[in-house]
Amino acid sequence: MGIISRGFSGRRRDGGEKLPPGQYLVTDFPVLSAGPTPKVSTGTWQFTLKTEKGQTRSWDWAAFTALPSEQITTDIHCVTKWSKLGTMWKGVAIDTLLDGVDTGASYTMARSYGGYTTNVPLADLRAGKAWIAYEFGGKPLHPEHGGPARLLVPHLYFWKSAKWVTGIDLMERDEPGFWEQLGYHNYGDPWREQRYWGD
Amino acid sequence: MARAAVLGRLTWQVATLTATRDETATAKTLVLDVPGWPGHLAGQHVDVRLTAPDGYTAERSYSIASPPDGDRLELTVQRIADGEVSPYLTETLEAGDQLELRGPIGGWFVWDPDSAAPVLLVAGGSGVVPLMSMIRARARAGSGNKVPFRLIYSVRTPADALYADELTKRARDDSLGLSYVYTRMAPPGGPAPGRISATVIASAGWPARSPEPPAVFVCGPTGFVEAAARLLIDAGHAPARIKTERFGPTGT
Ligand SMILES: Cc1cc2nc3c(=O)[nH]c(=O)nc-3n(C[C@H](O)[C@H](O)[C@H](O)COP(=O)(O)OP(=O)(O)OC[C@H]3O[C@@H](n4cnc5c(N)ncnc54)[C@H](O)[C@@H]3O)c2cc1C
Repeated sequence: MGIISRGFSGRRRDGGEKLPPGQYLVTDFPVLSAGPTPKVSTGTWQFTLKTEKGQTRSWDWAAFTALPSEQITTDIHCVTKWSKLGTMWKGVAIDTLLDGVDTGASYTMARSYGGYTTNVPLADLRAGKAWIAYEFGGKPLHPEHGGPARLLVPHLYFWKSAKWVTGIDLMERDEPGFWEQLGYHNYGDPWREQRYWGD
Repeated sequence: MARAAVLGRLTWQVATLTATRDETATAKTLVLDVPGWPGHLAGQHVDVRLTAPDGYTAERSYSIASPPDGDRLELTVQRIADGEVSPYLTETLEAGDQLELRGPIGGWFVWDPDSAAPVLLVAGGSGVVPLMSMIRARARAGSGNKVPFRLIYSVRTPADALYADELTKRARDDSLGLSYVYTRMAPPGGPAPGRISATVIASAGWPARSPEPPAVFVCGPTGFVEAAARLLIDAGHAPARIKTERFGPTGT
């Protein structure tokens, strides 16, 4: 059990049971990125879904934003300890992108402008659990937060919600992405506090 | 990634505060003894966990300020007036007290002492902490084979600069390039206060197109990191050579 910190009482904040272990509530929206924010114009933006057999489906910005979209209200949890409740997004469900795609894959790798990657099991992207989001709080998603578009997988730690996303590769075998190679947990469930390797 | 970055499971360890140093009126360095500390790379951080008598816990991340040094670890904590954890660490915790931490964490924002590339460090406020670990790790290398290091350090006023005396000494004895940017109040006789700019990057940084392109580390509040990274890219630095770490709120 943890040692008691003499003289520490802490400041319990609202959020209670909505906060996964080790998280605290913020009202602002902190930023975590490994490098500079890439400049991505919607004029050249492209999103490509690639199956394990190498077949691809691509959308440009106009085609992508013409796809059926959804309003999403969700809590988000960053591995650096902050959680934000009730965030509002607009985006396209991954189910919509996968509609009619013939795949036997169980894993995926999201790829971003700037070279970032993150791996997510395909099941975690299906059944209304994940989106490609391009609006936050009713406005175009700010570049700092991953705009033009980012993956949104809110039931996993937020590094899985790849910013500046430009594609998803479907894979038969799992492979670690960027942070997953650098000591962060392969799956990243905040409710099981899977922050780092071995958690 | 190198050595200490790829350890197995990160378990909570008990650390004992052995000493403190005031760095500024609102920032303190905590010197900790962590028996069995697995070692770290300059730039990594730890998670600190505090536990109240009723079992309530609070966790925060803090960069390691010290170079690898056995079981000894130094953190520098900037007190946030209405914060939950930083006031406790800087005002309540006393020598002999214990806390829990785990680490080292982060295998990306690290400087490899075996790398020959010149290094440009760009810090805003308490963002200097992980960069200080790099400066200190380099200072250990034998004279003659120290890679060139430059630090651009943005602070509100001279009184807000962490490690000011040590940085002056490293600039004098250790060929550390050192330039300050003062955003609110500058010392008399120098340039007027201002923000980090293309001029500062051009005069105090490294040219992006060198035989060995510099490795760049930028750390600070989000707005600062965004601005500095944009200026560096405009100056020709390859985005892939710029590593960033952001702490603090965005204000948006
Ligand atoms: C990888 C990483 C490394 C870090 N390294 C360091 C370090 O070396 N030294 C250090 O002092 N901190 C560091 N931090 C920040 C630290 O983890 C805490 O966020 C900070 O100490 C504030 O915690 P708190 O509990 O006192 O404040 P909270 O109770 O969490 O916040 C109280 C209020 O202060 C605001 N706030 C939070 N952080 C800041 C800030 N930095 N500046 C201004 N306002 C703020 C919050 O938005 C909130 O409104 C690091 C963070 C990360 C993610």
